[in-house]
Amino acid sequence: MTIALSVNNLKKVFKGGVEALKGISFEVQKGDFMALLGPNGAGKSTTIGIISSLINKSGGSVHIFGHDIDTDFSVAKRHIGVVPQEFNFNQFENVGDILRAQAGYFGIDAATAAQRSEKYLRLLGLWEKRDEASRLLSGGMKRRLMIARALVHEPQLLILDEPTAGVDIELRRSMWDFLIEINRAGTTIILTTHYLEEAEQLCRTIAIIDHGDIVENTLMKDLLKKLDHETFVLDLGSGLDEGISLPGFETRLIDATTLEIDMTKDQSLNDIFASLSEQDIEVKSLRNKTNRLEELFIELVNGGQTSSKEKRS
Amino acid sequence: MTFKEQLVALMTIVRKEIRRFLRIWVQTLIPPAITIVLYFVIFGQLIGARIGDMAGFNYMQYIVPGLIMMSVITNSYGNVVSSFFSNKFQRCIEELMVSPTPEYIIIIGFVFGGVARGILVGSIVSVLALFFTDLSLFHAGVTFSIVILTAILFSLGGFINAIYANKFDDISIVPTFILTPLTYLGGVFYSIDMLPPFWRMVSKANPIVYMVNGFRYGILGISDVGIGVSYGMIIIFILGAYIWAYTLMRRGVGIRS
Repeated sequence: MTIALSVNNLKKVFKGGVEALKGISFEVQKGDFMALLGPNGAGKSTTIGIISSLINKSGGSVHIFGHDIDTDFSVAKRHIGVVPQEFNFNQFENVGDILRAQAGYFGIDAATAAQRSEKYLRLLGLWEKRDEASRLLSGGMKRRLMIARALVHEPQLLILDEPTAGVDIELRRSMWDFLIEINRAGTTIILTTHYLEEAEQLCRTIAIIDHGDIVENTLMKDLLKKLDHETFVLDLGSGLDEGISLPGFETRLIDATTLEIDMTKDQSLNDIFASLSEQDIEVKSLRNKTNRLEELFIELVNGGQTSSKEKRS
Repeated sequence: MTFKEQLVALMTIVRKEIRRFLRIWVQTLIPPAITIVLYFVIFGQLIGARIGDMAGFNYMQYIVPGLIMMSVITNSYGNVVSSFFSNKFQRCIEELMVSPTPEYIIIIGFVFGGVARGILVGSIVSVLALFFTDLSLFHAGVTFSIVILTAILFSLGGFINAIYANKFDDISIVPTFILTPLTYLGGVFYSIDMLPPFWRMVSKANPIVYMVNGFRYGILGISDVGIGVSYGMIIIFILGAYIWAYTLMRRGVGIRS
């Protein structure tokens, strides 16, 4: 299997001694869709900054499709496209010029640059805006412009740093569809996001970074298996006046038609439904109380904080 | 990157830079023209008429080369310092940093932009000068080469200033406190031979003296310093400034944390 990205013992100490990365290592397989998660200040953007040559590293190495970003930077950079967190295009330039210039920086001739610009502006629904100044675009359009710009040199590895931050749900879902499509077409994707539902829906693998360390790096499905309990919310067909009997389960009646049930991973929903049926209680709908990944994330990150506090004391 | 790809990247930067200063021509091309016309009227015509000849030329003819050079210097410098700093400020420099464009192509691209604006403003000022005095070229090759080398040097200066600048104030400190005094003391309005020996010697440490005199030689055929010395000094300063700029870019000073 080809390795798209290899990060080895990556360290970053900022001026003033802040240790942002403490020697992290991880790999991303070609074709993967990976979530890089972590709380604010964990080191996600620093990692992306180093991979994309925007931040100097203090130690370690980064290889993109086998090419060292220090010694073989020209080839390494061709393989990577970056969508940063903050808007970083010239607000006075028009949309088409921004894409064509970015293609030019990669040595792509004018004719090909024009073709690619049209292709990606159309794919991201910005073709009609090609002659408009970028500052006049809406927030969602600006996000899509940055994705189009990152793709104009057709990189094999696309890194998106919170691409859906502040984007409405409709646009977010259309971005998801687009990312799934280009991932299926072969582009390896690394995504950082604070929307854990997004990571759970899109990503096959996950790395969680906290206080400059990787605290988890595994397949998404394997991580979700670690969740030892879940809370389900049941909307009931008719109101209940008194408590309910579900032996072996912890239940809470929130109101007459809303019931919360805690389940461990060795318990089955079938048992709940069987028991409720026996009591002639109809279940209209069922949902997870919280996102499963969110529960694990908080558990992992809180665990990290505890251990670092312990280390200090 | 292949040579052809580097050329594409270079031309992309150059086109973008030229488009930038042409888009804001009211800020970039008109003010220097108005300033220089005021110099022509006040120093050349009103005061100059009372000063008399300088080295066989009337005062207006004598100061015109220096004034053209002054506009080339300030505009080359100003173009690169403001453009590169605003790229840093808006973070669009990251578009270049994530690309495989080598550092030297980035430097050369911005310098080309500065040279283009310096020469365009210099040409506008030269045309305006024709309304006030007769101009002829003593040596076209020297005139053009000196003006291009000067524009390259001050574009590099603007680039270095922009790299170090952290806020907009920082891009006006050097022009205000260093560039303007050096230009005024660089023999634009007088011959350094008029100075006492000590100050004449001090003046020779001013790089602008060599540029103004080299350019004056190209137009009028007179100079306070040898033309070979002028070329030598300008080229040494260019090499020094380029190495400085390249080292800063390689280290990512001011652009990478």
